[in-house]
Amino acid sequence: MSRSAIVAFWERYSPALVPVLAVFTALVVGALLIGLTGGDWQAAYIGLWQGSFGTPRALVDTIIRSTPYIICGLAVALAFKAGLFNIGAEGQLYAGALCAVVIGTTMQLPPIFHIPLGIIAGALGGAAWASIAGILKARTGAHEVINTIMLNYIALRLTDWLIKSRQPLLLGDPADTSGSRTPHIAETMRLPGVSLGNTNTLHLGILLAVILVFGVAWFFKRTTLGFELRMAGTNPNAARYAGISVPRSIILAMAFAGGLAGIAGAGEVMGVRYEVSTNFISGVGFDAIAVALLARGNPVGILFAGLLWGGLLTGARLMQVRAGLSIDVIKIIQALIIMFIAADQIVRFLYRIPQRKAGDETMVSKGWGGG
Amino acid sequence: MTERRRGVTRRQVIAGFFALLGLLLIVNYVAEIDLADPVTTRLLFGVGGFVLPTPTALTLTLIGGFWFVAGVVSFVPRIASIGTAMLWAGALLIIPALLIWAAAGKQINVVSLASVSLRLSTPIALGALAGIYAERAGIINIGIEGMMLTGAAFGFAVFAFTDNIWLGVVMAVVSGSLMALLHGTLSITFKTDQIVSGTVINILAIGVTGYLRRQFFVDGGGGRVTLPQFSLPLLSDIPVLGPILFVGKPIFFAMILLVIFTHILLFTTRYGLRLRAVGENPKAAATVGINVTRTRYLNIIISGAMAGLAGAWFSLETVGRFDDGMTAGKGFIALAAMIFGKWMPFGAFGGAALFGFSEALGSNFQILQVQAFGLPVPVQFLQLLPYLVTMVVLAGLIGRAVGPAAAGKPYQG
Repeated sequence: MSRSAIVAFWERYSPALVPVLAVFTALVVGALLIGLTGGDWQAAYIGLWQGSFGTPRALVDTIIRSTPYIICGLAVALAFKAGLFNIGAEGQLYAGALCAVVIGTTMQLPPIFHIPLGIIAGALGGAAWASIAGILKARTGAHEVINTIMLNYIALRLTDWLIKSRQPLLLGDPADTSGSRTPHIAETMRLPGVSLGNTNTLHLGILLAVILVFGVAWFFKRTTLGFELRMAGTNPNAARYAGISVPRSIILAMAFAGGLAGIAGAGEVMGVRYEVSTNFISGVGFDAIAVALLARGNPVGILFAGLLWGGLLTGARLMQVRAGLSIDVIKIIQALIIMFIAADQIVRFLYRIPQRKAGDETMVSKGWGGG
Repeated sequence: MTERRRGVTRRQVIAGFFALLGLLLIVNYVAEIDLADPVTTRLLFGVGGFVLPTPTALTLTLIGGFWFVAGVVSFVPRIASIGTAMLWAGALLIIPALLIWAAAGKQINVVSLASVSLRLSTPIALGALAGIYAERAGIINIGIEGMMLTGAAFGFAVFAFTDNIWLGVVMAVVSGSLMALLHGTLSITFKTDQIVSGTVINILAIGVTGYLRRQFFVDGGGGRVTLPQFSLPLLSDIPVLGPILFVGKPIFFAMILLVIFTHILLFTTRYGLRLRAVGENPKAAATVGINVTRTRYLNIIISGAMAGLAGAWFSLETVGRFDDGMTAGKGFIALAAMIFGKWMPFGAFGGAALFGFSEALGSNFQILQVQAFGLPVPVQFLQLLPYLVTMVVLAGLIGRAVGPAAAGKPYQG
């Protein structure tokens, strides 16, 4: 192969490597940061690897941990495609989880009905919560970024109240003296799973996530509604001209996105925790955006991005033990990853990857007045 | 997006809401007017100051009546202007109505409530100013929250290591500016999507500040002094207004001065005109010789400095400690205040005061143990009040507020 052929080959196929190289660059910068602040970056990264993918036990933990990030990443990506920026995955996840808990604690059904019912309840809860932001955007033009963030805070406070309130007793567990969790859900609604030797139970949630990944991909590629949502997102004027109602698309896209995040919440309740507590899960809103950006909104990519995210978070504990570093290092590395993904010119420049063509951007943000 | 639902305008929704609320108040309180021993609310103006006793039921019935009339009048097309004026007056009446309802049979110190509201609005107003500088120059700054958090953490770190609180404030401003410089580099030079870039700032800030706290001052942090309180001579002796406006801590005063300064800068100076030109139409600005890139960089850095100062308010002026995520969404609320104020400094200050008031009200309600439907109002409801007010304000106002035209669009030089 001549030199020019190699260059041509590189120019043709290297853009697909940008996310990988961005992650690599972020890890290098992270190592520099750890080194400069007096830490042992080698021990840290070996710990990170062993704690996330290095052993079967760690791998199972990573998969369990990744599941909500994959599904919430899908929720963000779906909204992205429709031109919306959904930072509210966290609040939607809580809404879904609470609805699932209600179904799980008040009903007694055979698993074949109970499990789907729990998932549907989660989806509806998340969809309803996200629709608030969707309707406000469609009807008044209020920007979904601020509203979804506000809905996150509100969802957290409401969950806190629903769990802790004793008079009237709402969703709290009367037997729990600390007042910080709901009762456990019925055995019949728990997701079945397998335990491979000395590992935690790998529940069916990951299978659900994979199904949803391909479902979302199919939805955008093959269905009319998916096409309409995409069109309303990329070019609202053309969509309006073609007879697509843009407000309707916005509401539907937010509801679908929220439904996905709600399923993630239901999955956590039914597969991992069997309850909702006051410290259920935190920071998913921003993490889900990172996962979606890392995968550039591609559903199958989100599967891997979510696994990476879950791996970083799972490995952080061993890294903390091995290198004596605070787990916040992972947050910094995560931010660097998104930074290098978002500003991919830096990565392209570093590794001599041809620059993006004009009009190839992931998305372009609009002012607050809506667009 | 201005497609309306079949003929129902926002104005009609608001008017209907007022009419309904007014009716509810009248129905609820009209029976209680004639009681032999009516419940009164005592409005206190300053400790040991003037006391205004108001009969709760009568006042609320009157306010309800006004709301009802205002709502109904607004539905009559021919006297629309009167209706609008009455709606605004009705909106202002929400504040006394809330106070009189909440403190029924008790007393509430109006002066201290106003003073606390303004203190709590400090970081929101500064954040809103940060947003104004950035967006007037054409850059959406959703990273204000992260810049605040960085300012709070690094300002406190410098204070903890040098024992000089003023150096801490300086560091807060500098670190906020540095985060803004990163935002600027990403969004101006690399033309990254500005909301993505701002999100990067927010995540990075959570990581960096958490790392800083746990790695370096995990135990040596707590229980430090905060910035000293000043009272301006003479001015602070004015009854009612004195304690509200002229007694306070430095960042609060700085906020008020910066609001005034920003207004003068934006609307009376050459610099302000150029700044606004860059935000509205960068191509035209470039044609007449303004350096768009440099203007944007300069103003995003000023924006970060404001946000950093707002961060110092948390750790150095109020709490004397740094906690993870202590800004608690104030940066996003600040953006809402900016939109509320239509990108004008005084308007943004008004929005900030509204959010500060809703927060102060929450803590006052807790002290008064306000009851609704026979049960105490849960603490969590009071805590989520500012977030809810943000959403209501955004939904109610955004259609009429139009931001700088070029905000969000990278400039292709």
